[in-house]
Amino acid sequence: MYIPVNDMLKHFKQDAPAMANITHKSDQWSPYHDNSGTVLAVGIPGAVIVAGDTRLSNGYNILSRDATKLSQLTDKCVLATAGQYADFIALRKFLQQRLQLYEFQNEVQASTETVAHLLSRELYSRRFFPYYTFNLLAGLDENNHGVVYGYDAIGSYDQMTYGVQGSGQELVVAVLDNQLKGYNKINKTIPQTREEILDIILDCFSCAAERDIHTGDNVEILIITAAGTERIVKPLRKD
Amino acid sequence: MQYLDNYLQSKGGYDYTNVKRNELMKAQGFKEMPFTKTGTTIVGVLFDGGVVMAADTRATAGSIVADKNCEKLHTLAPNIWAAGAGTAADLHHQCAHFNAKLKLQRLNLNRQSRVNEVITKLTSKLFPYRGHIGVALIIGGIDCNGPQLASVSPHGNYVYHPFQSMGSGSLAALGILEAKFQDGLTKQQAIDLAIEAIEAGIFHDMGSGSNVDVVAITKDGVDYKRNIRQYNAKSYQRQVPYDFPINNTPALKKYQFNIEKQELTEVGQEMEIIE
Repeated sequence: MYIPVNDMLKHFKQDAPAMANITHKSDQWSPYHDNSGTVLAVGIPGAVIVAGDTRLSNGYNILSRDATKLSQLTDKCVLATAGQYADFIALRKFLQQRLQLYEFQNEVQASTETVAHLLSRELYSRRFFPYYTFNLLAGLDENNHGVVYGYDAIGSYDQMTYGVQGSGQELVVAVLDNQLKGYNKINKTIPQTREEILDIILDCFSCAAERDIHTGDNVEILIITAAGTERIVKPLRKD
Repeated sequence: MQYLDNYLQSKGGYDYTNVKRNELMKAQGFKEMPFTKTGTTIVGVLFDGGVVMAADTRATAGSIVADKNCEKLHTLAPNIWAAGAGTAADLHHQCAHFNAKLKLQRLNLNRQSRVNEVITKLTSKLFPYRGHIGVALIIGGIDCNGPQLASVSPHGNYVYHPFQSMGSGSLAALGILEAKFQDGLTKQQAIDLAIEAIEAGIFHDMGSGSNVDVVAITKDGVDYKRNIRQYNAKSYQRQVPYDFPINNTPALKKYQFNIEKQELTEVGQEMEIIE
């Protein structure tokens, strides 16, 4: 059905732009780059498991196949970040230095709750030119139970039992909701042991790598317990 | 439909009314639907006595892989194949359209299709659409003028060259082709070179991935190898398989449809969503 353009204008309140004046704003420079990738963290009694893929990308290009998204800030807590890598490095530098100062002044390392609050305040201090970072802070609380704090870009945070951030978030979080919390199940069988949860996490990353082009190469897993930190690296798809 | 042809002719051939409508709609906040693009790396290599074309098998919708093993090598004629990059729907429909058109022509003229016929028909269709039909093709075939290889861009430009690459991974593939191509390759050498070029695209371009498809066209016939190389198997299999027992998923309501009486009745008690 052909509707003359002059009649079409009646349906719109604004004046139509003339064809010669159509400009596209897509060429404007942006200070942000999404280096993508996926991170996740799961807390269980006695330990916390943090995982992140090691691919650094920009658009369709791979910048590095071996870039860590995880950063151990204290003996008990780890920061996992997806988003812009430069902002991750800047944020990590700030936190490392500030936590070192805390340790010198207080003669004890900061607790996970303290680090969580510090991170939130640092992120909000850049409210009007934010860190392009989507963070998960994972660690052991005062009772050595695993806790995970999830953040948005400007510092709003909340405690959770597990969290996912990054380009593979939508693919992975629904699986964890079903497997770790028993969503949409009548009889919930929730895995309790570290091995079962590691099994699920590795499978989640391998599935995210299948369907998300930004996730792949290797997955790096840190397991924090009161005894120390264990590191596991497993390969993922490289295409 | 005669009035439409007359109307369009009187306007001078190019009808821009929809462009204005689209801009109006965008200004009102209408969001364009994302098309499934194929990301893609495709290459073509000319050798002594024929032509080889290869493609990866990943189709993407934004940053999600829509199809892990799609077919990007299309038949246009028994002696002419096309490798396609760009919008998946456009590629499928345009290739099917020209396949049918060429077949009709062959039936009418009783003569083999030629590569330059395909190029002319394609570019004549693509140019008036100003690049909005998103097909970037590598056309290869063998006809009475010998083996030929050309590429067609969405705006209607075409180039004849002994080696071609198109798609988001074209630069990765072109590096390999520029370094290793020579005149007078044998069929096997050309196939190996094409596979190597696609490999570069698969591993270094994230819009391309999964497997490699190859087709080699000589005057003896067409040799199509689907998934000649498969590199990236799923990296992890769960030790304890996922378990979804029957009747473990809560239903809010249950209905029963009686086919004989043609009526829908509600059964059972209403359940709450369990979180």
